[in-house]
Amino acid sequence: MLDAGHTEEALLEVNNIEVIYNHVILVLKGVSLSVPKGGITALLGGNGAGKTTTLKAISSLLQSERGEVTKGSIHYRGERLEGLDPAGLVKKGVIQVMEGRHCFEHLTVEENLLTGAYTRSGAEVARDLEMVYEYFPRLRERRKSQAGYTSGGEQQMVAIGRALMSKPETILLDEPSMGLAPQLVEEIFGIVKSLNENEGVTFLLAEQNTNVALRYAHYGYILESGRIVMDGPAADLRENPDVKEFYLGMSDDGRKSFRDVRSYRRRKRWLS
Amino acid sequence: MPVAFLNFMEVTMNGLMAGVLYALVALGFVLIYKASGIFNYAQGVMALFSALTLVGIMEGQVPFSHLINALLGTEIHHFGWHINAFFGILFTMVVMVGLAYCVQRFVFRHLVGQEPIILFMATIGLAYFMEGLGDLMWGSDIKTLAVGLPQGGSFAIEDLTATWAAEGERYYGMYIDQLDIVATVVAAILVIALVLFAQYTKQGRAMRAVADDHQAALSVGISLNFIWVLVWSLAGFVAIVAGVMWGAKSGVQFSLSLIALKALPVLMLGGFTSIPGAIVGGLIIGVGEKLFEYQFGPMLGGATENWFAYVLALLFLVFRPQGLFGEKIIERV
Repeated sequence: MLDAGHTEEALLEVNNIEVIYNHVILVLKGVSLSVPKGGITALLGGNGAGKTTTLKAISSLLQSERGEVTKGSIHYRGERLEGLDPAGLVKKGVIQVMEGRHCFEHLTVEENLLTGAYTRSGAEVARDLEMVYEYFPRLRERRKSQAGYTSGGEQQMVAIGRALMSKPETILLDEPSMGLAPQLVEEIFGIVKSLNENEGVTFLLAEQNTNVALRYAHYGYILESGRIVMDGPAADLRENPDVKEFYLGMSDDGRKSFRDVRSYRRRKRWLS
Repeated sequence: MPVAFLNFMEVTMNGLMAGVLYALVALGFVLIYKASGIFNYAQGVMALFSALTLVGIMEGQVPFSHLINALLGTEIHHFGWHINAFFGILFTMVVMVGLAYCVQRFVFRHLVGQEPIILFMATIGLAYFMEGLGDLMWGSDIKTLAVGLPQGGSFAIEDLTATWAAEGERYYGMYIDQLDIVATVVAAILVIALVLFAQYTKQGRAMRAVADDHQAALSVGISLNFIWVLVWSLAGFVAIVAGVMWGAKSGVQFSLSLIALKALPVLMLGGFTSIPGAIVGGLIIGVGEKLFEYQFGPMLGGATENWFAYVLALLFLVFRPQGLFGEKIIERV
């Protein structure tokens, strides 16, 4: 088991990157992280911390949003990724599942899944479609319906299933819990875990829901306004008093009350 | 059958066939709009440009001959060959694919992520550029396009329908233009081919995926540039068909590009995002304007065809803005 999540082999290595949007807005101020093969690595932090930007910098989806990696480097299996387009990355085995699911609404569920296999062809595609249906039996029932009319949880399954269809080695999963009921969040994370264990898919997971993410991940990084402020094995982070207080809403004397928000602000300054 | 009913039928038939041509132009709009959100003002000029190119290639005209002659003092105008229509159309298709690539490479690649209004203005610029380019390449004189399509009324239909009238009535049969019949058949084939392509091929599926969500399409490894070149090429092929049909009817000249204006009400009626909508919208407008002219034209002083389509479109804008078949915005609550 990958308890610490840190095996020797780092699949993806992000080294001190800086990202600037529109030539002026500095969003990431030197983020470094490493994703080990076969692990689930969580990237945690609040709104606007830079989680999504980090993932998009890796998957080169930044280009279409006028964002740019201006410093640092991103390596995958030792090769530099900058300059590759998203299609090239998908062929290398890195695919991003975007925040907010982004299904193709007017395509059926099955067409959505097949679109995921755009970069591949041959008989394996049909076999992988079967595999996706094995993991997400609900999608098999709804294969003929338009993705736009399926529920939020089903759309998240479509989005993950679609990424699986590209036969990825690494999935960059952005906020799978967004807008889903707690029960569904557990279900989705359960599937992520089994994909990780059974299919050997490596995950880099951006989440706001620190509680759930740290239960399923092996290793975690905490981002705050464009910087990594803390990292460690998920089990350690769960026990860290500051993480407990700022991200899990707990303190030594039980649950934190909103009355103490001001002290929260003051004390948090050490992090950045 | 009474003569009045036969006349009504004839007008309807002619309307349907005019509608097919409108639909053809509208189809080009829909293809590009769906896949890239660009309202392509240049679609009409693309039809003109393709018709000019086709004539030029078939007649063996030297492109830019005026320019070359003026610069070098030479007197070249013709290569001295004639190419038959089939190969002419094939070459024109190649030219349109090249054009699609250039448009994507030099204009829209640099405008990714811009406001729709900016993209629209770029297509206006493109329209004028292509108009000038067409003139410069092939000259601005009116050309006749002889691709060997049949012209004139169909005698078979005239003879057949003449016998339908009741005994003793003076009726000489319906006038149906043969060119219209050909245009209808060709347009039908084109539409069926397009729909099959979009529904059942991998690239067609990718095309629809891009239409739905650029970012997501990008994230699964679809190359937007490739899909956009593909879509502009398809719109170019549609423009060739529209250009050939209208060009054969009324000569290849500048006014050909104005058929784009007739496509606008069709789009408002059928919806900007629906291929079937473009077809049905075209047919409704075609039949509607011909019947209206036939029934009410004399009362209103004639020439109702000029405005009928726009008034109909206006009514649709008020009561059903997404058109008959436009995609409803799916919003989950």
